[in-house]
Amino acid sequence: MSGDVERIFRDEFGRVVASLTRRFGDLDVAEEAAGEALLAALERWPVDGVPPNPGGWLTTTAVRRAIDRIRREQQRDAKHQAALMIHDDTPHEPTGAVDDDRLRLLFTCCHPALAPEARVALTLRLLGGLTVAEIAAAFLVPETTMAQRITRAKAKIKGAHIPYRVPSAADLADRLAAVLTVVYLVFNEGYLASAGDAPIRAELTDEAIRLGRVLRTLLPDEAEIAGLLALMLLIDARRPSRVAGGELVPLPEQDRGGWDRALIAEGHALVRECLDRARRTGRPPGRYQLLAAVNAVHTDAPTWADTDWSQIAALYDQLAAVDPGPVVALNRAVAVAELDGPAVGLAAVDRLGLTAYHAWHATRADLLRRLGRSGEARAAYDAAIAATDNPAERAFLARRRGQLAG
Amino acid sequence: MAEYLLSVHHDYDTEFPSLEEMQPVFEAVDRFNQKVRDAGAWVFAGGLTPVQQATTVDNTGDAPIVSDGPYAESKEYLGGFWVIQAADLDEALQWAKEGSAACRGKVEVRPFQGE
Repeated sequence: MSGDVERIFRDEFGRVVASLTRRFGDLDVAEEAAGEALLAALERWPVDGVPPNPGGWLTTTAVRRAIDRIRREQQRDAKHQAALMIHDDTPHEPTGAVDDDRLRLLFTCCHPALAPEARVALTLRLLGGLTVAEIAAAFLVPETTMAQRITRAKAKIKGAHIPYRVPSAADLADRLAAVLTVVYLVFNEGYLASAGDAPIRAELTDEAIRLGRVLRTLLPDEAEIAGLLALMLLIDARRPSRVAGGELVPLPEQDRGGWDRALIAEGHALVRECLDRARRTGRPPGRYQLLAAVNAVHTDAPTWADTDWSQIAALYDQLAAVDPGPVVALNRAVAVAELDGPAVGLAAVDRLGLTAYHAWHATRADLLRRLGRSGEARAAYDAAIAATDNPAERAFLARRRGQLAG
Repeated sequence: MAEYLLSVHHDYDTEFPSLEEMQPVFEAVDRFNQKVRDAGAWVFAGGLTPVQQATTVDNTGDAPIVSDGPYAESKEYLGGFWVIQAADLDEALQWAKEGSAACRGKVEVRPFQGE
């Protein structure tokens, strides 16, 4: 029962906070009232049963709590009077203005005037309904640090008058990019936790996908949203085969029978939609659409060897034009190694010199191993292990190092 | 409406460029100032003389102390500023983008405390 309440609450929390923020013009009021509504639900629902419209129940309860609070504080602070006056009894609607509120809230939480780590924390707190303790645990910082980060960000939103609205058409592309960055960051931190005991933090990957779905519902015509959602689905589909016995299983060795076919089908449909749209509009696909396409090729192949590597290399070429970073070049080199052999791949990898990046060392180690250069491979495995704190990845790299000859 | 301070900081060690070099910057800032005025966003603005001409007064103790120079040693110091009115931070940031391009310097945006 409390599991049900929690699931409903997590789905509805962003809606409740967003709608109360619009009504009362204050994030703290909205957040506290949403929290109180959860406590009320935890008390009442196990006794009375879950109401037919739980979202509406939570919003109505939260609004009452917020008004109670404002009434109590009103004697001290006459300014809240105005907020109370605009209170109305509009019933909760699952679509329309309420969802626009959620979009407003997302753009506010991901405003470029906030520090990137604060954007992530605020989004998880206010839209995802994660507790400060959960967010702190997910990012391995003390709870007091995370609480302070969130408090400061909210104070800046209030003090600097960061607006509560969807940006104008002229700014939408830039601002949306910042939102997508936050969502993808949450996903990546969940999919390959940079540190800590759990190799995969499903609460973060699930939340990122949930936010991706919300964005897709709210802005169905934004191709990069479809691209990001497809990308996350196609990566998450491989989760069941990705860790075995506490060890990370790299893509070439994964049991493809364990992949989630429903997620793959959904991801492929989105990628096809993106390709159609790009063809129709003549607008070249962006970063997330291209990454999704790469993952569509991978999830389409029955085995690693049967992967369409020339297609993947071509997609990375397109990606390099949009996102000319060394990480893209590293991934392209992996495809080149499959197409033209490990020696050609290694030459491309060595040119990048990403000595602080664990994946660079791990890729070098693998190519050196395949070339039979065991001594150099061992050193590269050592460097890769030193550069990551993810326990499953370390376990995999250590096993590979142990298998080297001599 | 909220008020924002848009401040421009100069590097302590960098010499002021010649008047000739600065002429296009002055003109661009004049144009920007006029635009701010026309939009009704103007509250106040000004450029400051070099920080070497600053004097610091400390009357927090028993007797006032007057000393030469800025209150804190810093690599950068306030060179000039605008005070503008804007509906929200996005509007203030838009003015800051234009101001930064006009004066060819980074612009820090800070809201004034509410009434």
